[in-house]
Amino acid sequence: MFSLSRKDLAALAVFAVVVLTMPLWLSPLGAAYPGLMQKFAIYAIFAIGFNILFGLTGYLSFGHAAFIGVGSYTTVWSFKLLTMDIVPAMIFAVITTGVFALVIGYFSLRRTGIYFSILTLAFAQMCYSLAYSVLTPITNGETGLLLARDDPRYLDAMFGAQANIAGLPQPTFLGSSVTGYTGFYLCAAILIVAFYVSQKIFASPFGMALRGIKSNQTRMNYTGFNTKPYMLAAFVISGMFAGLAGALLSITDPLAGAERMKWTESGNVVLMTILGGVGTLFGPVIGAWLIKYFENIFSAINTNMLNNFFSFLPDGLQNVVVTVLSKFVGEGWHLTLGLMFVLIVVFLPGGLVEGFHRLMARLKRRRGTPGGVTSVQPAE
Amino acid sequence: MSETPPNIILHAADVHKNFGGLRALSDIDLQIEEGKTHAIIGPNGAGKSTLLNVIIGRIPPTSGAVVFDGTVLTGKAPYEINQLGISRVFQTPEIFPDLPVLHNVMAPAFARRDGAFRINMFRSVESEGEIRQEAEDMLNDIGLHGRREDHAGSLSRGDKRRLELAMCLIQRPRLLLLDEPTAGMSRHDTNSTIDLLRKIKSSGMTKVIIEHDMHVVFSLADRISVLAQGRIIASGLPQEIKEDPRVQEAYLGGSVE
Amino acid sequence: MNVFLAQLLNGLDKGGAYALIALGLTLVFGTLGVVNFAHGALFMLGCFCAVTFRYLITLETVTVDPEKLSPWGAPVEVRTPLVQNWFGDFGAVLVDYSVPISILLAIPVMLIIGIAMERGIIKHFYKRSHAEQILVTFGLAIVLQEIVKSFFGANPVPQPIPTDLRGAADIGVWFGMAPHVLTYPWWRLLYLLFSAVVIGGVFAFLQFTTFGMVVRAGMADRETVGLMGIDIDRRFTIVFGLAAVVAGVAGVMYTPLLAPNYHLGMDFLVLSFVVVVVGGMGSLPGAVAAGFLLGILQSFASMTEVKSLIPGIDQVIIYLVAVVILLVRPRGLMGRRGIMES
Repeated sequence: MFSLSRKDLAALAVFAVVVLTMPLWLSPLGAAYPGLMQKFAIYAIFAIGFNILFGLTGYLSFGHAAFIGVGSYTTVWSFKLLTMDIVPAMIFAVITTGVFALVIGYFSLRRTGIYFSILTLAFAQMCYSLAYSVLTPITNGETGLLLARDDPRYLDAMFGAQANIAGLPQPTFLGSSVTGYTGFYLCAAILIVAFYVSQKIFASPFGMALRGIKSNQTRMNYTGFNTKPYMLAAFVISGMFAGLAGALLSITDPLAGAERMKWTESGNVVLMTILGGVGTLFGPVIGAWLIKYFENIFSAINTNMLNNFFSFLPDGLQNVVVTVLSKFVGEGWHLTLGLMFVLIVVFLPGGLVEGFHRLMARLKRRRGTPGGVTSVQPAE
Repeated sequence: MSETPPNIILHAADVHKNFGGLRALSDIDLQIEEGKTHAIIGPNGAGKSTLLNVIIGRIPPTSGAVVFDGTVLTGKAPYEINQLGISRVFQTPEIFPDLPVLHNVMAPAFARRDGAFRINMFRSVESEGEIRQEAEDMLNDIGLHGRREDHAGSLSRGDKRRLELAMCLIQRPRLLLLDEPTAGMSRHDTNSTIDLLRKIKSSGMTKVIIEHDMHVVFSLADRISVLAQGRIIASGLPQEIKEDPRVQEAYLGGSVE
Repeated sequence: MNVFLAQLLNGLDKGGAYALIALGLTLVFGTLGVVNFAHGALFMLGCFCAVTFRYLITLETVTVDPEKLSPWGAPVEVRTPLVQNWFGDFGAVLVDYSVPISILLAIPVMLIIGIAMERGIIKHFYKRSHAEQILVTFGLAIVLQEIVKSFFGANPVPQPIPTDLRGAADIGVWFGMAPHVLTYPWWRLLYLLFSAVVIGGVFAFLQFTTFGMVVRAGMADRETVGLMGIDIDRRFTIVFGLAAVVAGVAGVMYTPLLAPNYHLGMDFLVLSFVVVVVGGMGSLPGAVAAGFLLGILQSFASMTEVKSLIPGIDQVIIYLVAVVILLVRPRGLMGRRGIMES
């Protein structure tokens, strides 16, 4: 039941090593901070979950940010009301988002194509707007939901834990704090499990049915599959992944704000998935890492750093280069991001993973290896 | 439906179908005997495809009912009808173009075994040895085994039709509906399809076949019904149909073979 | 009743903007088959055409008047807009009417931007998946808004209404009501009329010209028109340019109502997609009808009476309506079967 094919097992092993050694290989890239690496892991989980829906069934949801938000709020409420332990928080977050996804999915899945996308977008935008207005008692509006010293935490109180700690309580995992590297390894471990689950789904008859829906829904119906519950199951599973990601966001930084539910966040996960490669196992993860990397690294570069870096150039040239480049970094990193999308979509259709496969196929052909091209489509 | 004789597997009773003011089908009474191959022939526009769509539940009849083995099919969803044991080959092949050929054949087998819906996300397709073997055998039978890893969308038109047939056959349906299974095929492909259909004839599967090609019809059919202007004008053994003057007038133009 | 009318009018000008944006979006989708996420950015670029025009026209010469001294003894700086130097009073009028006049700048600029976008990028995406179209146009939208941000900064740049058009029209009097019962700002009235004229113009263009006929045929059945040997490519370019111009002028005229900032495009993008889908993908009348419908509903939902009845309704009304319409009418108000459903 928990077994994987040899190919998948190898992929999982490689993936686990890559994720766990992040602190090593990210440090030359200037990104080996626990806070950032946590984000890498969390958004990778989000993208993996999104890919289960979009990659397998082809249904493009534009409202997945709502599930991140629901997961975050549930987690903080679990911290406030029950206990600072993260396990119940995560369980509640996943269950609540599952229920949410069930309701939203039930209605949205009555339509297909862009009508489905707009329905999910509309539901998410409603959640977002309501979080700022009517639902303020639950969401604490623009301030965001925060922990407070005098939160009841009934379970903790019952067991007398954390009774006399000064300052705000910290989330714990079975009693130990989850800040810094512990937090990263927690997220990393969950990411590896998420990747494994996605592998299992991809390789299962269930996953095959989802692919069948993407490929030809008519044939699915006439073949005896009731496609509705399949879609709903995929939607709910994918929503639960997002809820888990939302929970981890609030575990590593215990607050929840409505801005996480904004449609641009939903757009981000779409971009991550497409950028890496829709329907591939590694694609969404790579996409998520790239976008988060650029967001953090490029936005942190400022003019001084550029000046230092280009100080070897003659003064006039240095000024020109720095002025031009400064438009692309710091505040302007969005420009780089936008250009990156355009360039990648124009030159690497199908995302990075597909582009990599094409490149490999081309290299193989150039070397003249006979029969090198198997399932990979020839370039052009 | 107690008056249905036990060996009648499908009974379209008193079926009418109007599209707006247009009468597409009137007064259809069609009985399909179990284990037999029943061909429905008729000129273009006679309502053959409409009749098939009514049987499969794609189009609800204006009045009348279609009963399959004691179950009324009217109002059932396509997947429910399939789960009762009815598979359909379409006029333009409906396959999964983005899936490997092997998976195209395995998916219907899963639907047969696991029913209309099952979340079996912790099983793996790889370890389903039995179904895989069955699918590979089926691909061997239709001569597509060598292409089992290719995407079905890359097959030729004729191969796609044969693949679709295989996807239906692997479900071991009690009733197989074929909508012009050899349309657009070369003579050679047509003959091999006929051979394939003959081979499964011995397995006792009931087949309803809509076909233009008289060669195919008279090679396969045990019974023939002739449809003209939405009515069944004749029904009987191939020899009777051949000799029926009304049929010759309406459809065959006086010359058969 | 008057309150009702007032809200109706308030909704109409907003609806006009929605309708204009949705019109172009639908036109591009219907003919080119491209989901253009950069369409909101075109609206924003139109806004900044007005900003640029005003910036250029108010370039000043600063001279020091040696005769006059300010109260604390420094020479007074006299600022004169260049146009006033050159054209005298007419120059002053130009400055005052900068917003409507900048339409003359916006039309060629938006046309060029539209054509450049289509020729440069969009045309390579006709045969690509909708997902890839979304990604590339989304990237484009980000690039455009970041460029605007680096020139104009992140803060909104308010644009004035021409002096003569400030204040409100006492519309109630026209309908035989007492004075001051029903008033409507002149500029909003103008925007409503303007959008009606542009919409009418686009429809007339599509209805009465050969070019428009081909475009409509293309929207109904793209493949056939292509098979008929009609040079689709050139027409696609023009359609895209036209859509860009419509979005642009809609933006120009909207600037006095909403001070434009660089992310305005993104804000309007989501809304306009909802409008298009509610109207029905590929239906031009649907887009216009849905634009006005949603504008008006939004205006009603922001009434205090309504808000006290259903708290938060003003925030969600558009999405709520979208959900209800899509669940009741599978393809929006006037959508056709089979478009964007796979």
